[in-house]
Amino acid sequence: MAMHRGKGFAAINYPIGMNLGGDPSQALVHSNPDGKFMVALSSIDLGQGMKSVTRQIAAETLGVPVEDVYVDTADSDTGPHCMGSFASRGTHRVGNAVIQAAKEARAVMLEAAAEELEVNADDLVTDGKGNIHVRGAPSRSITTAEASMAAQFKQGKTVSGRGIFLIPLSEVDPETGEMTPVSCFAHAALVVELEVDDETGEVKVIEINSAYEVGRALNPKLVEQQLIGGAWMGMSHALWETTEPYYPNRDHGPEDFNSYVMPGPGDIAPHNIAVLERPAPDGPFGGKGPGEMCANPVLPAVANAIYNAVGVRVDELPITPEKILRGIRANGGARPQIRR
Amino acid sequence: MAKKPVQFHLNGEEKAAFVDDGQNLLELLRRGVGDLTPKYGCGQGTCGACTVMIDGKPHLSCITLAETVGGRKVETVGGLGHAGGLHPLQEAFMRNFAAQCGYCTPGMLMAAKALLDRNPRPTREEVVEAISGNICRCTGYEAIINSVLEAAGGQGAMAGRG
Repeated sequence: MAMHRGKGFAAINYPIGMNLGGDPSQALVHSNPDGKFMVALSSIDLGQGMKSVTRQIAAETLGVPVEDVYVDTADSDTGPHCMGSFASRGTHRVGNAVIQAAKEARAVMLEAAAEELEVNADDLVTDGKGNIHVRGAPSRSITTAEASMAAQFKQGKTVSGRGIFLIPLSEVDPETGEMTPVSCFAHAALVVELEVDDETGEVKVIEINSAYEVGRALNPKLVEQQLIGGAWMGMSHALWETTEPYYPNRDHGPEDFNSYVMPGPGDIAPHNIAVLERPAPDGPFGGKGPGEMCANPVLPAVANAIYNAVGVRVDELPITPEKILRGIRANGGARPQIRR
Repeated sequence: MAKKPVQFHLNGEEKAAFVDDGQNLLELLRRGVGDLTPKYGCGQGTCGACTVMIDGKPHLSCITLAETVGGRKVETVGGLGHAGGLHPLQEAFMRNFAAQCGYCTPGMLMAAKALLDRNPRPTREEVVEAISGNICRCTGYEAIINSVLEAAGGQGAMAGRG
């Protein structure tokens, strides 16, 4: 009876968004008289950081401090339409819509400032700190708050913008079968090292090493944390989680957190991540989105590592100790494979 | 059903409310006295989202009878800190991005505070043990463990990260 080390590898090309009849998202941006901007979305932040990233995107495009931007994702009844937060599409689709809306709002803000400063709007620049000034003449300046105030109370303008980003429906070519379901892909490669106990069938993940190419990482800390958390979920799906019973009888199925098994804080493994940035030409500031693929490659990598450790190929998830032990028994014992 | 009066301290303030027979502490806190910081997760004491401190010890408020807190001191995240004056645990959670959706965070913070109050310099294993009754679905726990260690003075923080 022994512990067997194994290493497993998986790589993924992950399409950003989906295309089942067109994939649009909208954004609306407007400023209040105090120069603070509101970004209205119907895309929900589930904890992946949509609010932070769209806030950064709006601030960067508007040319105002990030503190001056609020993002409201509250209500799909009253907000602009969005397909939703799924398919790793949030940063890419919604981010592009936010850029378009923010550009339109910025143009009105600069027009309002131009009227106040009695200059041409094309000659105005923003400093990102809440000021608008004439290019090359920083003293000829007005704050974004003053411009918004003037637009609303003197000029009768709404400092606002509309944005939509649409990946149109891609029909299948009847002649060739070709279609273009997505516009950009993110990529990753991941190695899992683990240990299998050939007496109990238990698996302990020792270490995860990965490289993720996510376009430009618009918020590097958020990206890293999403990747770490997602890999935990991938590990959990690979080895623990199922809504089906571990045993055939439905009575043994999980009904609550007592019987729906997940790894706890004592079961985690160090995860070293290299984030590679290859900005996407059609992404907002080059961003694609880590999304679902932060969990996906972990599962095949774990399955491969278990095969590498004891020579058992399990093709049904989760890979429970029972399945591994049955595999070891069918093989007449553990059969460690070549380690690379 | 008879209602019973309960007087207790919530984050240093005296509170009084009538509770039903069998009413749990989480309901008393959220509906009875309007402290929405403890969260309702599973309602059966298995997820930890409702963790509060009673007389310095962590308790699952969803399976604690409300009437048992009479005369006792209850602490929730509502009393932990506020904007501009955050608790070191809250600051460490922010620095380390230890919250994603944030639903487990109030329970995690109270479980961690209970640990640090009785053991200001915990080991990594002691932190893991202290939060092992709290489920987090988003972060993978690493950032949370590191935050608690960092708030405790940095010992062992990042030990699990290569």
